[in-house]
Amino acid sequence: MAAIEDVRVALNGVIADQHGRILSALIANLRDFQMAEDSLQDALTSAISHWERSGVPHNPAGWLLQTARRKAIDRIRRAKSFDAKSEQYGMLLKLDQKDAEDERQEEIPDERLRLIFTCCHPALDSKTRVALTLRTLGGLTTGEIARAFLDSEPAMAQRLVRARHKIKVSGIPFSVPDADAWPERLNSVLTVIYLIFNEGYSATRGDQQIRKDLCEEALYLAKVVDKLKPKQAETEGLIALMTLIHARKSARALPDGTMISIEDQDRGLWDEKAISNGLKGVKTALNRHELGPYQVQAAIQAVHAEAESFAATGWAEIMGLYGALMQYDASAVVRLNWCVALSFVNGAEAALNASGELAADLDQYQPYHAARAAFYRAAGKFEDADFAYGRAIELSENGSDARFLDAKRREAKKEAEQLLGLEVQQGGEES
Amino acid sequence: MQYLALIYSKPEPTPEYGSPAFVEMMQEWKDVTETYVKDGVMVSGNALQPVEAATSLRLRDGKLETMDGPFAETKEHLGGYYLLECKDLDEAIKYAAMIPTARNGTVEVRPIMDVG
Repeated sequence: MAAIEDVRVALNGVIADQHGRILSALIANLRDFQMAEDSLQDALTSAISHWERSGVPHNPAGWLLQTARRKAIDRIRRAKSFDAKSEQYGMLLKLDQKDAEDERQEEIPDERLRLIFTCCHPALDSKTRVALTLRTLGGLTTGEIARAFLDSEPAMAQRLVRARHKIKVSGIPFSVPDADAWPERLNSVLTVIYLIFNEGYSATRGDQQIRKDLCEEALYLAKVVDKLKPKQAETEGLIALMTLIHARKSARALPDGTMISIEDQDRGLWDEKAISNGLKGVKTALNRHELGPYQVQAAIQAVHAEAESFAATGWAEIMGLYGALMQYDASAVVRLNWCVALSFVNGAEAALNASGELAADLDQYQPYHAARAAFYRAAGKFEDADFAYGRAIELSENGSDARFLDAKRREAKKEAEQLLGLEVQQGGEES
Repeated sequence: MQYLALIYSKPEPTPEYGSPAFVEMMQEWKDVTETYVKDGVMVSGNALQPVEAATSLRLRDGKLETMDGPFAETKEHLGGYYLLECKDLDEAIKYAAMIPTARNGTVEVRPIMDVG
């Protein structure tokens, strides 16, 4: 007998560590995503009653895999189209036989790399890739993923069911792509991981700025990819990029969640060990001489991390790196970041001129107006700055960003009043 | 699995018959078809007459209605297809990407439903 509480703790532990591994092994056997998911659910339900009765097994993950396979055998037998001679069914019976003979229970084969390439297949839409990756590799519940996206749970469940169905009927393979498709497909995987990280980092519509668990989930997934397919410069670049950003987590928000920009952060709160790991990671990646967009972004964060203070930041270097990034991603957002670097190198007027042409693309983008407001303020155009801050605040999707921008707006107003006061004073002396 | 690669593109005037541009265009289609045959993925393929030759039909309350032209107004029209035998979607995408009009039109890849 085991206490129900102990059973739950043990079960949650296995799910947290091994969900992706068990599910990937099961999909490799069953070649059916939905059936693997359903059979694993059956096994988890069964674990609660069995483990409570006879104790937590020696190898809980192995127990779950074996039980899930048996549940799958049951499901296949019950299906209308059941064919006792089918190759798949025969193989499952053989595996089950082997399980029964081998008391120690085999080590679970690690098929997670195939699983992540399947979940991040470009034939699925971007949001579905993120959701499916979190569900299958991260072991998050459908409810947790729904909350992360502010979707209803039934809608998210539907999305996941549809995705598994599409994988099956459209023949998305459970495999690692060929060499010729590799760079593009790896990029698709890394993009999904970085989207998860950003979702955790900036919680677009929620009110809590940092959702720590999604950031750490993304780092975990990237490290899984790196472990299973080592020495990939872009994977290493992404890990370094996320590590360097995540190192600033204690410094980037007030206790009430209000964001603190990198300019105003207390650099003493940055996690030194994480920064040193991130810097090492950037170097390792760049030394492979296979440059890619994640390495460039990591290099940009490295320049920030190495600066003693905001004023001492190597802006010319950052500007050059954004220039390099444009070769991979010439989007207006990247050009805006280049303009921000430009404002520190060549002054706010130059940045105002260069960023003007981005209005068409970025008029509905909050950071665009926030950046323009800062340029106007630095150029002494306080009325324009005030207006731009107003636009940025209107476009903010969470209270944290809005509070931050409002504080900046008031700072700018105060500065304008002080300057005005100074002028009045000087005027007085003259007369 | 069998995949139908549906070839959509904007109706554009084709180069004059026999002109160098025409020869070049035909060569591209010939090349891709030959690759399919050589690699053993070709099941069949055809070009279609332009949409002016299309007739759409539907039965409503048992009554046949026919219409001139394609059912939906779209900028890109279905111009032809290849039916390919591929091991999975990745292989189907690899071959469909060789279709010359993938460069300026759209190729939709749809698995054939197994009703056996």
